[in-house]
Amino acid sequence: MASGSAHLSSSKLNLGLLRDFYRREFLECIDRCMGTKALVWDDGLTGPFGLIAEYSLLREHEVDKMFPLRLGSLPPSNVQNVVFLTRPKMELMEKIAQNLHNEETRGGYNKKEYHLIFVPRKSLLCERKLKEKGVYGSFASVEEFNMGLIPFDADLLSMEMNEAFRESYVENDFTSMFYVAQSLITLQALYGTIQYIHGKGDCAKHLMEMMRRMRAEVSGKEPQVMPQIDSLLILDRTVDLLTPLLSQLTYEGLIDEIFGINNTSVKVPLDKLNPGGSQDAGETKKVVLNSSDALFAELRDKNFNAVGSIVSKKAKHITAEFDERHAAKTIGEMKQFVSKLPHLQATRQSLATHTTIAELIKEVTDSDPFIDALRCQQEFINGLETDKVHPFIEDCISKQEKLTKVLRLICIQSICNDGLKPKVLDFYKREIIQTYGFEHIVTLANLEKTGMLRPHGARSYQIIRKSLKLIVDDVNEQNPTDIAYVFSGYAPLSVRLAQYLARPGWRSITEVLNLLPGPKVEEVQQIPSALRKRRSSVSSSQSSTGDQRLTLVFFLGGVTYAEIAALRFLAQMDDVSSDFIVGSTSVLTGDVLLETLAGYQRTCSFELVQQDF
Amino acid sequence: MATADWNPLGDHYYRKCEVYAMEWSGVVDLAKHTVAAAAYGGPIALMKDESKLNRVPTNIKPVITVYNAAGKIINQIRWNSGTIVKMGWTIMEDLLFVQDDGVVLVYDMFLTFKRTFSMGQEAKDVKILDARIFTSFQGTGVAIMTSTFRIFLITNSDSPRIIRLAEVPDLNTFPSCWDIVVMDRQVRALVAKGRELFIVDQGGQYQKQDPQMDREDVGEYIDMAVSFNNKFVVLFTSTGHIWMGMSDLTTKVGEFDTKSGSKPQHFAWCGNGAVVAVWERIMLVVGPQKYWIKYPFKYQDIHLIPEVDGLRIISNDTHEFLQRVPTVVEQIFKIGSMEPGAMLYEANKEYQKQHQKADEYLRMIMEKLDLAVNQCIQAAGHEFEPAKQKQLMRAASFGKCFLTDYRPEAFVNMCQMLRVLNQVRHHTVGIPLTYTQLEQLSMPVLIDRLVLRKLFGLAILICQYLRVPDAEGENRIRAHWACYKVQQKHMEEDQLARVISQKLLERPGVSFSDIASVALEHGRKVLAVKLLDFETRASEQVPLLLKMGQQAPALAKAIESGDTDLVYTVLLNLRDNLDAAQFYMLIHTMPIAFSLYLQYCRHQNLQMVEQLWEQEDNPNEIALTKIVRSYTQDSLDPRIKTLEDAGNCFHRTGNTFAEKLTEEQIKLMRYQRRLEDELGRSFADLSLHKTMYELTKEGSHHHVERLRKDFKVPDKRYWWMRVSALAEAGDWAELEKFSKSKKPPIGMEAFVEVCMKYYNKQEALKYLSRVLPEHKVKSLVCVGQFQEAADQAAENKNEDELNYVLGKVKVADKQLAETVRGYLAQLNTRR
Repeated sequence: MASGSAHLSSSKLNLGLLRDFYRREFLECIDRCMGTKALVWDDGLTGPFGLIAEYSLLREHEVDKMFPLRLGSLPPSNVQNVVFLTRPKMELMEKIAQNLHNEETRGGYNKKEYHLIFVPRKSLLCERKLKEKGVYGSFASVEEFNMGLIPFDADLLSMEMNEAFRESYVENDFTSMFYVAQSLITLQALYGTIQYIHGKGDCAKHLMEMMRRMRAEVSGKEPQVMPQIDSLLILDRTVDLLTPLLSQLTYEGLIDEIFGINNTSVKVPLDKLNPGGSQDAGETKKVVLNSSDALFAELRDKNFNAVGSIVSKKAKHITAEFDERHAAKTIGEMKQFVSKLPHLQATRQSLATHTTIAELIKEVTDSDPFIDALRCQQEFINGLETDKVHPFIEDCISKQEKLTKVLRLICIQSICNDGLKPKVLDFYKREIIQTYGFEHIVTLANLEKTGMLRPHGARSYQIIRKSLKLIVDDVNEQNPTDIAYVFSGYAPLSVRLAQYLARPGWRSITEVLNLLPGPKVEEVQQIPSALRKRRSSVSSSQSSTGDQRLTLVFFLGGVTYAEIAALRFLAQMDDVSSDFIVGSTSVLTGDVLLETLAGYQRTCSFELVQQDF
Repeated sequence: MATADWNPLGDHYYRKCEVYAMEWSGVVDLAKHTVAAAAYGGPIALMKDESKLNRVPTNIKPVITVYNAAGKIINQIRWNSGTIVKMGWTIMEDLLFVQDDGVVLVYDMFLTFKRTFSMGQEAKDVKILDARIFTSFQGTGVAIMTSTFRIFLITNSDSPRIIRLAEVPDLNTFPSCWDIVVMDRQVRALVAKGRELFIVDQGGQYQKQDPQMDREDVGEYIDMAVSFNNKFVVLFTSTGHIWMGMSDLTTKVGEFDTKSGSKPQHFAWCGNGAVVAVWERIMLVVGPQKYWIKYPFKYQDIHLIPEVDGLRIISNDTHEFLQRVPTVVEQIFKIGSMEPGAMLYEANKEYQKQHQKADEYLRMIMEKLDLAVNQCIQAAGHEFEPAKQKQLMRAASFGKCFLTDYRPEAFVNMCQMLRVLNQVRHHTVGIPLTYTQLEQLSMPVLIDRLVLRKLFGLAILICQYLRVPDAEGENRIRAHWACYKVQQKHMEEDQLARVISQKLLERPGVSFSDIASVALEHGRKVLAVKLLDFETRASEQVPLLLKMGQQAPALAKAIESGDTDLVYTVLLNLRDNLDAAQFYMLIHTMPIAFSLYLQYCRHQNLQMVEQLWEQEDNPNEIALTKIVRSYTQDSLDPRIKTLEDAGNCFHRTGNTFAEKLTEEQIKLMRYQRRLEDELGRSFADLSLHKTMYELTKEGSHHHVERLRKDFKVPDKRYWWMRVSALAEAGDWAELEKFSKSKKPPIGMEAFVEVCMKYYNKQEALKYLSRVLPEHKVKSLVCVGQFQEAADQAAENKNEDELNYVLGKVKVADKQLAETVRGYLAQLNTRR
């Protein structure tokens, strides 16, 4: 077992295995260039790779230097190899080409070898681009490293492809779905074939077909592994666009919404975290958020209103434990206390961190804008005030609040009203364009393509809301009984679908499923009889609670922490005989989702890059 | 008697046994042919040698015939290219012909032409005199000697790269003998120039060698031979002296004086332990330490083929094998041997005769019985005759019965190997492999060789018998079979496709694209297309479809696979090969291809995207693309032009709203330029709202008023804008004036909020009194007057407001909190 990954193997499925697999493959990949090397990283990859291979490990494999990929030229170094690690993106090729040109003029070509590794796959267009720039021939090798699903936590896999939603649903480019299919095939090679597959949505169907083909291609060489995942549920984000737009109210969800979680770590303002310290304001501290921190594991999925009481209870508890030292009289007792000390100190440290984070969050959640926005959202999802221009949204625009905030509210209104009346829609559009700029005419067009924003259409939201019991009154935020606690009264549609699938089955909600966009997918993959699990009794597969099934829920186009929390909660419910692990093209928030849809993005991304350079 | 054909050579024995009686007996006269035979029991090629016919030279091209090792004809052709200097086999059992112009032609064993390559310009210009075909570390190499006595070589006939060796100093005549030695991944040539001996290498170095001899006067070196493993070299001098040694020529292994003045007809190593020299009526086997065996010889003309463990001798009637008797065989069969294996063999013989001696023998070796069993098993492997193999295996089986924990794998494996060996040795197959050779060659290679001989049935049976996994065994062989099958011109393409799919469908690991590409090579396109349809791997299928000009199916299959790169491969190929109209027509019918091409264009050039949408007749998308493009343009006029075009596009779709918005944007941009001229600062790329905001901050109110009217800005937003901007600019007087305009569409609470945002409590208080009671609580909290806020909330009898105040009250202010709770209680009791 590699170090620093113990938390990955604590769940039903040992994801440490996947991490070790990637680790091995990656080291093999870089070991192919002999001698000392410098790695040049695409920014988008440093986070994910940090999760599979730590720097000290890379040092053992003769990695002397690490540079971020920037326009301009590489910092000087006297290594034998320079290895570029990059995603197959055109704009990155530009930077690589420039780096190489500058190296050439510096005359480094004679001494060094250059290598290029694409993650997760090579791309014809990128290679062509490099050829056009005349640098392709300078590479001693061009490889690919197929790291698809990155293990974030014991029950969470992400591909870190935020663009997947836009590409798939706006641009009709299903490249990311191909990557997903490949990753799922890899996953099945490690954890066995998944027997039952369910899905909903166009991309789910597309994905299913690709997987079927890939399986046929490798037929005869199927992995002989006992299946560990029983079923797979594939959900298109378009099936449930509402959930990611709502403000998340779980602890982890709020951290993501407010500070932004990046590859399971978050940067928190340091001056707040360490009051009295001598740090300058604006400095941040990186906090790693995963289940290896027992306190965070307990807090992450709680409704934020329940976090305070848990933290204070823990604080009292730990103080009590520290006080035990006064009671310790004999040497034996002292010894026992000392042995507990490292653990206690770690807990106290973690408690301090989370108290601070919680305080920072509370500042936000107690503020008027937050509460007012939340109230507005609650009105919409309850179907109130959805058919006319909402004064709160109007005010937000007038006050030039963040565009994503405004758009989130408008989209929620549109979805809950089954589209907006032309007059209302046009009013919002004009307001946005006059306030935030004309370029957002493209953003708005993109929103319309995904269905987040649309003119008035057939009524379905009310039916879906009622038959799937999306609105739950009187939720207990401290001791919840339903997944609706994650949004204080709204149960995420996506997770409800998972819940119904686990019990009593989708057949009971056929009508609702037909109202949701995209086709329904069902497939049974054959498993060789020698590898089949033996069920205790044929008639009742759900009767024995000890025999929990494992379901992988895969979100195409992103998932929020609130939904993950709801799925974790679902696994603990008595009448759901399934455990869940979550896979997604990325973990995101409504803001991130909308930002990827901004239409002018491509044109200004270049300037942004230059700025931070 | 098992030892009847054994001859002692020093400490060892040599035996010569007949492998085959040649099928060509009576038909072929080796005297009239040049012979080349492949190692490991490979095929034999004969070239009718005109020079051996002792007639006047003619221009008749020679006839080439290939036989298997048992003399069964495989194929025959009449040569139709240049003059052949040398022929020989590669390790892949391809036949190489080296022509005098340095061109090497490669044929397979069925004499089908495969390819050709050249040994370089110099060879072509000056012609070559001699050539050697040798086994290198990379495959099979070819070395040539030009008429200028230079040596060029390649080390791998599959990817020829010509290397020139160093020159032998003052070499003016053809060397008396030369050969190639491969040592430590280095190929060197050993060249004899009269009495001198040189080693020349790739690095341009030459070394003069002087092997140490017992006698001074040995004459010139006239012949030499390199052993199969390249470790040993033997030299023959004009005085009949033989020198044997390591191939670096520094270590001597043995020396022998044959007293023969003439050069032997054939001179070769037998394994690594002895050298064979053949003159007209005698064959001499010479070992180290001056031991020798003399075989009287019946045949006039023979050919010698060195093998790893012996020497094959081909004559007009027989095919014999000369080898050192393997140690384990010697241990068992040597007269008077007391080895456990020998005893066990005897014991079993007695047991068969039901004689009690069996027990006696067995008792003698009871402790070493496992060794005895192993010896018998090993010895069986080295025997050619099935009868002898059986006897030995029976002995092993007999001995095995007395062992309690003997692992049977060795026994079973040997049974399997023998069965396979006996099968391939059968004269119809004609691969006379020894057990040692099979171990060297490995079973997969043997199976490949059977496939190469088109013995598909036997190969499959062997795979099934040895339980080779289907993917690398049976299915692979079937795929080869199919490749051969598609070349049979007499079968209908339809029928062929059906036959092949019957035998190969549902068989994982079969590459239909490989078969299809063979079919294509043989000009059977229809068949290729049919076969390709069975291919499951799109990455294999698509490029071939493209090659066949099946563009639409290629695109369809690429899309089906979901592999974007594959789609791009096809798309870019199509774009380059079709005219634009055809190309658009094709992608028009395939939405995914269209979208991907669009992505490509987005990276290349936005105008290409516009053209594409133009083809699709989608003005809405054209307009959006134009808008995005307008942001990449630098100066105003082209930008406005692009936007005007976009507006027209919206007009075409009847999207009047978007058209209007675009027109407004143009109007705004024009206005912004006027502002820039007038105020001397840029407003480019600011939204209308921000423009007004900036203007308000600067106090250019008349412009703001103008914009407000022109763009019909809603009152509410206008007020918010103005209030925020004035507050930010700190223009409190103007703000107050503004608050007194008639009918403000926003409440005074907005003024309070904005003032507080810029930390001006004094100003905020000015507006507080004018806030309507229902909004007052928030405003009071905003300025920090919690007590008053609480009172107001109580007055409003509003529970939510009281809770709101309670939430905002500082933890320290316990008294106030109590008050608020009091109000709340009152409110509840009253209800």
